[in-house]
Amino acid sequence: MTTDTLAADARIDEKLGAVAFSGVSKRFPDGTLALADVDLDVRAGELVSIVGPSGCGKSTLLRLASGLSSCTGGSIDVEANNVGFVFQDATLLPWRTVRRNVELLMELAGVPSSERRRRGQEAIDTVGLGGTDGKFPRALSGGMKMRVSLARCLTMAPEVFLFDEPFGALDEITRQRMNEEVLRLFQEREFCGLFVTHSVSEAVFMSTRVVVMSGRPGRIVADIPIPFGQPRPPELRYTQEFAAVAGKVSAALREGHR
Amino acid sequence: MSGATGATSTVAPRSSVPAAAPELPATKPVRGRGIGRFLLTVILPPVIVFILAMGVWCVFTYVVLKPSRRFLLPPPQEVLTQGLLKWTSLHPMLTALALTAKAASLGFLIAVVLGSLLATLMCQARWLERSLFPYAVILQTIPILALVPLIGFTLGFDFRSRILICVMISIFPIITTVLFGMQSVDRGLHDLFTLQRVSRWTRLRKLMIPAALPSFFIGLRTSAGLSVIGAIVGDFYFLQGQPGIGALINSYSSQLQSDQLFAAVILCSLLGVVAFTVVGLLSRRVIGKWHESAMDHSRS
Repeated sequence: MTTDTLAADARIDEKLGAVAFSGVSKRFPDGTLALADVDLDVRAGELVSIVGPSGCGKSTLLRLASGLSSCTGGSIDVEANNVGFVFQDATLLPWRTVRRNVELLMELAGVPSSERRRRGQEAIDTVGLGGTDGKFPRALSGGMKMRVSLARCLTMAPEVFLFDEPFGALDEITRQRMNEEVLRLFQEREFCGLFVTHSVSEAVFMSTRVVVMSGRPGRIVADIPIPFGQPRPPELRYTQEFAAVAGKVSAALREGHR
Repeated sequence: MSGATGATSTVAPRSSVPAAAPELPATKPVRGRGIGRFLLTVILPPVIVFILAMGVWCVFTYVVLKPSRRFLLPPPQEVLTQGLLKWTSLHPMLTALALTAKAASLGFLIAVVLGSLLATLMCQARWLERSLFPYAVILQTIPILALVPLIGFTLGFDFRSRILICVMISIFPIITTVLFGMQSVDRGLHDLFTLQRVSRWTRLRKLMIPAALPSFFIGLRTSAGLSVIGAIVGDFYFLQGQPGIGALINSYSSQLQSDQLFAAVILCSLLGVVAFTVVGLLSRRVIGKWHESAMDHSRS
């Protein structure tokens, strides 16, 4: 793991970042089959959303990709120096200020403190957290906390980004803003991203592809390319083309729900 | 939905600073913090309770007790004049109290260090917790009285044994609260650390210990009070050497010196209050900035 490849230079690092699931299945110790024979290829420059009913193994897929848990069948290949994981909750340490939370991963990776400071500041500015450095998490709103969580991830310049329903608890407007934020980062860095959500409109707005999964055991039932280019204006959500694609995803979702 | 369009379309894709600003939680209006307000809300309520308690005490002494038995509970003013304000009776009490306070603070320190270490050890592995925790519970429930001869013959009937009793009585809350605090660390936070492949030691130092601080301080408060009780109980049973305040209470009560008895009891409870307050201040200093339980709410 080299931590030297930095945020801004990530792009130069020619298209490193890919996740490939081949024939992956996962059986939990209690015997339930969570995932069955999942094939999925995500490369750099792709932001793939995974939608599906609750309990279909979407999050399990991410846990497998990050190495937090291991598959019981098939294989997973992750090409990246660093994998960023944005959790469902902001997972901030309440006893650390915003700045020190942002610097946490670098601290754990042994990055020297002057460098930590610089990269931390860069990430804080990138997600628009300037001026909140000295605040403690309890003084922040849900959206701000997620920004801190995102900034913390950015400091490690991951080539693979895993998002586990990160904005599910936010109100609609904040959620849309965060979507735009992630999309902007994606355009800048062209990372390889997997985004788990159960909001169809979030999935369509953000992704280059939407993967639809069926209920337990989770299987991929549809892989729908999203025809919109970048950048995507917020108004895209209210166009007819958008509605048509969202309709297609919803239909596939309903199909798999049976 | 149309409202949403209006709001989001104002977000510039590059700089999100103005977009972030409205997400800040609204700050509460700052309330006045005059000295009058302080007297009314902080000082007055306990003073009222104090006056009521003194009233009940007097009623008990003058109405409930027959004059022939009034010596059992002398009225508050007599406890004050005969016990607390008379140097000849106050001086030995203070000397004894100092010794008890020494035993209490030593015992408390040992309990804190030992209890925290034990709890940290227990949360390292389920099997360790399973094998050690029952004995922590037994330590808590065992009648100390039964152990007095055993402890006395091993450590002697003096100061060291008083400290041991103090540790035995005050260690349990430390163990349980530290264990609880360390075990209730959010799973997401653990995942975050796991992803960075941190060592057990780093996880302990940067995640579990700070996370356990709020509940540790709750244990500390309980334990501080208990350590004073423990030291007094120790005084009762281990009478060799300089007497502690517990030994004085013992002799006052056997000689029916009620004025001195109640004066000594008041001094003991003051010691407990001091211990409790010191821990409270410490907790506010250490975790007050980030944890609700130790925050100065009059300022929020």
